[in-house]
Amino acid sequence: MSRTALLCLAALAAALVYPLLVPNYLVNVGMLMLFTAFLGQSWNLAGGYAGQTSFGHVVFFGVGAYTSTILQVTYGWNPWLAWPIAMLAGGAVGWMIAVLSFRAGLRGSYFALITLAFAEVFRILANSVPFTRGGLGMLIKADQRPENFQFKDPIWIYYLALALCVISLLIAWQIARGRFGARLVAIRENEDAARALGIDVFAEKVKVLTLSGAMCAAGGTFYAQKYLYIDPSIAFGVDKSVEMLLVTMVGGAGTIFGPLIGSVALTVINEATRGLASVVPALKNVQPLSLVVYGVMLVLIVARLPDGLMGLFRRRPRHA
Amino acid sequence: MLEVRDLSKSFGGLKAVDRASLDVRQGEIVGLIGPNGAGKTTLFAAIAGFHVPDSGRVAFEGRDITGLPPHRICAAGMVRTFQITQPFAKISVRQNIMVGAYLHTADRRLAAREAEAVAQTVGMTDQLDQLGADLTVAGRKRLELARALATGPRLLLLDEVMAGLNPTEIVEIVGVIKGIRDAGITILLIEHVMQAVTSLAERVYVLNQGRMIAEGTPAAIADDPQVIEAYLGHGAAKVLRA
Repeated sequence: MSRTALLCLAALAAALVYPLLVPNYLVNVGMLMLFTAFLGQSWNLAGGYAGQTSFGHVVFFGVGAYTSTILQVTYGWNPWLAWPIAMLAGGAVGWMIAVLSFRAGLRGSYFALITLAFAEVFRILANSVPFTRGGLGMLIKADQRPENFQFKDPIWIYYLALALCVISLLIAWQIARGRFGARLVAIRENEDAARALGIDVFAEKVKVLTLSGAMCAAGGTFYAQKYLYIDPSIAFGVDKSVEMLLVTMVGGAGTIFGPLIGSVALTVINEATRGLASVVPALKNVQPLSLVVYGVMLVLIVARLPDGLMGLFRRRPRHA
Repeated sequence: MLEVRDLSKSFGGLKAVDRASLDVRQGEIVGLIGPNGAGKTTLFAAIAGFHVPDSGRVAFEGRDITGLPPHRICAAGMVRTFQITQPFAKISVRQNIMVGAYLHTADRRLAAREAEAVAQTVGMTDQLDQLGADLTVAGRKRLELARALATGPRLLLLDEVMAGLNPTEIVEIVGVIKGIRDAGITILLIEHVMQAVTSLAERVYVLNQGRMIAEGTPAAIADDPQVIEAYLGHGAAKVLRA
């Protein structure tokens, strides 16, 4: 077995045992870390592998969260059943945004800005249409039973996040090693050359954004079920978009483990700065301190480590 | 095999290609030459689907392909390379070539094997694990060739694969191109350097200011007063003859 495979197994074993050994607070931190890695991976497929940087990925997250919540609250659906529908909705929105923007030939920063605009449009819509209950947000009735996608013991939601994270890694791995991934990378590196070599650039980009949207929407439902409340600024706010982009860039865009590594790094920083702020009185007013550190870190990474933290581990390209 | 009829393409007021026609027959190496700015690359781009021609017709193996997108034309068996090389910089040479091979197989191992075979054809076996970005100019030109070959074309459009190479490298790549032709692939190549064309092409077309001004064997072309004037200026033919 290769060294990477062994490392993966060891990490998985550690992740499985971890919640049994730590207090609930840290189980929660771990859960959020894995969940953010999952969302980051959905961003990574489109933004990292295919190079279609999105500033508004939260739009898929929000669509997923609202779809399952509306089905559940308004129409009495079981949330487990609503979950795949939410993914379909996220995929559909991904498909729509992709078709509209790539048909119009938007690339690079123009595509990034249009995704940001889409997220804002959805936020405003969610604020104003009746079936989302506007700015009041939607409350899911607490009923902590597993068949209701709600768990009394935080350990279960942790394991669910772990499962999502592992699945997202497997998806990324499967894509990265095959033809689809090779085509996405070709598109990222040079669209014209990709077209000359027989790649239907438009179709591949639509495909990846659809997949990415469906994945991210699955995260939206998960989030809604964990916190039992969503409103337009949670579901479509810029913060989540930035978070997905940040963990991936920090960890290494276009690498399988980038989002996970980035999420681990940012979680550690987040917890450390919070601890520091509570100890050092002078830092109390710098709130939140973690954002300052994130900012500095992003600058350093973009300037010094364009391949993210993964770039530290891997100097040479891996062979197929 | 390839039939171009009265193809025109303008950009704004500039007629880059003006009613140009050419034919390529199975098994040939055909050259397309012309001074800088003659419209060679534009004609190529219009043939390969990167520009939609304003008028005229392109047929490949009897099928009208005018205005089809590049990926469809590539899938039909005609592929182009770029004068300004476009390597996928952040992946290895092997992975670069595999992108081409994936056109006709979804199998990773098969694509990798084909990439290695193609690398051997163009003499890149030792560079398979280098990054696209780390190649020399000669390496990039070979990579362009290799990726295009990996798509399994029947007609290869080569845009100045020799530009920027030193004489030794040119000799090497001429050998590679001849090998490709001998393997049964028809070739249409643009060259700026006349000398390179004469050693390769059986027939040459000359494009000047968007118009096809001559066609014939390299020797006949070199004597054509119109061609000499296109390259050296008005009256040059008379001076040379005197």
